[in-house]
Amino acid sequence: MAGTRATEDLRLVQISKEFETFTAVQPMDLTVPGGSFFALLGPSGCGKTTTLRMVAGLEAPTTGRIHIGAKDITATKAYQRNVNTVFQSYALFPHMTVLENVAFGLKRKGDSAAMTKARQTLDLVQLEQVATKKPAQLSGGMQQRVALARAIVNRPDVLLLDEPLGALDLKLRRQMQIELKRIQSEVGITFIHVTHDQEEAMTMADTIAVMNKGRIEQLGDPATLYEKPASTFVANFLGQSNLLRAQITGAAVDGVMPASTHDHDVWVAADRVPDGLRDVWIGVRPEKLRLGDAGRNQIKGQVTDASFTGVATQYLVAMPWGFELMVVQQNDGSPRAGVGENVTLSWDPGHEFVLDQSQAEDAGSGLVDG
Amino acid sequence: MAWFRKHLLTFAAMVTMTILLLPNVVVAIYSFNKPNGRFNVELVRFSLDAWKHPCGTSGICDSLSLSLKIGLTASLVATILGTMIAFALGRHRFRGRSATNLLIFMPMATPEVVMGSSLLALFLNIGMSTGSLAILIAHIMFCLSFVVVAVKARVATLDPRLEEAAADLGSRPLTTFFRVTLPLVAPGIAAGALLAFSLSFDDYIITNFNASPNSITFPMYVWGAAQRGTPVQINVIGTIMFVVSVAFVLGGQLVSARRARAAS
Amino acid sequence: MADLAVAPPVAAPARGPSRPVRRRRRISWVPYLLLAPGLLWLVVFFVAPMLTTLSTSLQEGDVDNGYVLTGNPDVYWQALQAYWPQIVRSLMYAGIATLLSLALGYPLAYFIASRRGRSKNILLVLVIAPFFTSFLIRTMAWQSLLASDGGLVRKTLGGVGLGWVYDDFGHLLQLLHLSPNGEILYSPWAVVWGLTYNFLPFMILPLYTSLDRLDGRLLEAAGDLYATPRQTFRHVTWPLSLPGVVSGTLLTFIPAAGDYINSRLLGNTNTVMIGQVIDSQFLRVLDYPLAAALSFLLLALIVAMVFIYVRRAGTEELV
Repeated sequence: MAGTRATEDLRLVQISKEFETFTAVQPMDLTVPGGSFFALLGPSGCGKTTTLRMVAGLEAPTTGRIHIGAKDITATKAYQRNVNTVFQSYALFPHMTVLENVAFGLKRKGDSAAMTKARQTLDLVQLEQVATKKPAQLSGGMQQRVALARAIVNRPDVLLLDEPLGALDLKLRRQMQIELKRIQSEVGITFIHVTHDQEEAMTMADTIAVMNKGRIEQLGDPATLYEKPASTFVANFLGQSNLLRAQITGAAVDGVMPASTHDHDVWVAADRVPDGLRDVWIGVRPEKLRLGDAGRNQIKGQVTDASFTGVATQYLVAMPWGFELMVVQQNDGSPRAGVGENVTLSWDPGHEFVLDQSQAEDAGSGLVDG
Repeated sequence: MAWFRKHLLTFAAMVTMTILLLPNVVVAIYSFNKPNGRFNVELVRFSLDAWKHPCGTSGICDSLSLSLKIGLTASLVATILGTMIAFALGRHRFRGRSATNLLIFMPMATPEVVMGSSLLALFLNIGMSTGSLAILIAHIMFCLSFVVVAVKARVATLDPRLEEAAADLGSRPLTTFFRVTLPLVAPGIAAGALLAFSLSFDDYIITNFNASPNSITFPMYVWGAAQRGTPVQINVIGTIMFVVSVAFVLGGQLVSARRARAAS
Repeated sequence: MADLAVAPPVAAPARGPSRPVRRRRRISWVPYLLLAPGLLWLVVFFVAPMLTTLSTSLQEGDVDNGYVLTGNPDVYWQALQAYWPQIVRSLMYAGIATLLSLALGYPLAYFIASRRGRSKNILLVLVIAPFFTSFLIRTMAWQSLLASDGGLVRKTLGGVGLGWVYDDFGHLLQLLHLSPNGEILYSPWAVVWGLTYNFLPFMILPLYTSLDRLDGRLLEAAGDLYATPRQTFRHVTWPLSLPGVVSGTLLTFIPAAGDYINSRLLGNTNTVMIGQVIDSQFLRVLDYPLAAALSFLLLALIVAMVFIYVRRAGTEELV
């Protein structure tokens, strides 16, 4: 099924949306490559759903244009766009059967094979056995798959998913994440997935745009976003970060630069430091910190909290200046520390990321050095 | 095109609203009239006479007060009985449920002229005299179903877990009913009572069958006047009732909105 | 205010998960205690009168010599033979008025349901408020509005040079046999118009309730799935508002079929409806068996029509 038609890029050019009382989306440019699984990630109110609704045609942008391939679709109505949405509430028509729901879009387009195609798509989402039931008779997971089938049966240029897994329990959600990924690669349609769940975005998407306050903070593949966040917001929103207030104290030597945080000398990878920056945040992920002195950078502290989660142990370690660092120790057989114990924390240069200190330190709410 | 369609709807809605309110405007305009003959049909000249003496024509205020009395009593009794039925239907499982539903539905499916004449036939058969009491009985009867429907709709949307939560927090059944259930159903009860009052206050056909010469309700007075000559006071009272009811409902709205805002 | 509007829908559509979950299934006497007073009232003052009417219709005799129950159903044939035109006319007028109310009421109900907050409440109040000015007064106001000489509509239109609109409308009615002489007032059309006007709120409120419950996201979903606004209405809005349409049409048709006030105030001698006949047979002619038979016929006809209609419309929640 894949590649039956060349899928085209979706391009948003200087698009923005203002409501009466606030600006939901600041003017922004965004290109979503055809056939990719793209995620818009951000906290509620960041503008991701508004962006999605503008692409769907449910909201008219205040400024900017929307293109699919060479076509400008900005002025077209929702029903004229070859774009379909899987709604957060599913929005299944309660008075129609599952099959009628799935065939709805094709029938509006006058497709004479609507019913056959609808049946095939129900097959794809493994729901052929409930075709004649009403949506209210199905479980949440099944309704979700009907909503998906109802959208992809139309073979849209772009499929929009608005927090489609939000109402499902954790186990079902994991299952659906894999299912969605499978279906996307099978049908080869561009998926744009809106979510506030960073783990979900990272699991599924090829590319993630992290949004905050109506802007895109950073765009990239999941690994880049995690390892090299471009802002404190991204650092804190994607996983957890320890942000240490520090100064760069010298020039690069052998690829590392000296820095000082609260009178402790540490080394940071020179290529991680933006040019000419002196006052910085040094960010270290909890799992990059190790108990013991195996790493080149070392700080001493006292364990104030330890919680065992099975695969790992999570510690809070108080620094001499009062700040608590979070450390995750893999359950790899190494000795565990107890509360009250004095420990040495270490990490190697290159395992950190460095950000400009002038940024709001608690953006995305993480652990921040006071 | 979308603009046109959107405004077409607004336009159609406004046309209907105009049709609904136009007679009330006419009634209000004619309340300031000083007609030449006994019939208030042609605008002659502006006058506040009727507004200065709203009871200035004999019998009009007596009929109004009788209608208000019957309306209040009938809506009170119908609301109590109807709320009880609504709770039984909305909250309990029992034998004879569909028969009950049918019995509630039938009065709404029966034309007034049939109900009124049948009730009169019964009263004649058992030798009961017509008059205020007969009217009251009839009004309670036909208001009951409407109250049941209004309250039942509200009871049906009530989350039973709220009552369970109250019980879980140590509330006794009676306390739960008065502190949790009743306040939540109250808007439905209020709506039912208001509807019952308006139906009773405005009823002519059933009332006419069961009235006696000394139980003239306001609609009957108006009907009688329509044959003999229409005093301007009718328009004054009609206008007052309209304005008071709008003010009453909007005032209630305002109070509950303010309370909601204060609570949040 | 939203609750006020919940009032009239007989068929308060209990679709979806709103039905209460009943956990305790033990049979208890509580519901019967709750039901007893109200149902007793209905049995004594609604069912018993109906039975009295049935029995009266099968009696023979006259006022002076008293009546005897003979069980002779001939009176029904007599009633039908004598008054079938009035019966047919009543059902026809009520039917047309119901369709007109639906056409006029649906846009307003839709409009109100699409409003938010305070404007919604004000609009709802304005729909209900006319109830409080006696409907007789308001129907008489239509007399002042529609009259050919001195009527407000004719005068206002004439004042802006549009008097011909009024006259042409009268001619149109005459052409359509809706007015015997081109008069707008005192014509069949005026009676239908009066019925439409009087029962319009009973149409609007249940429609509003259904439309207000309609999930706006379903309409978005339909648009997202290539349905034009017209198709969205046909395939989503209209079917989902059917419960409101059913209760609205019933609450309009039933009282309209039995009404005679509009016919008396706005009609002529050729617009007599069945309610008028029953009223005069009962209160003036004093032919109780005939009046009772007519009452019973009317009720039976309406109940039969309601059941067929409700079955066709597929709403079982009505009863």
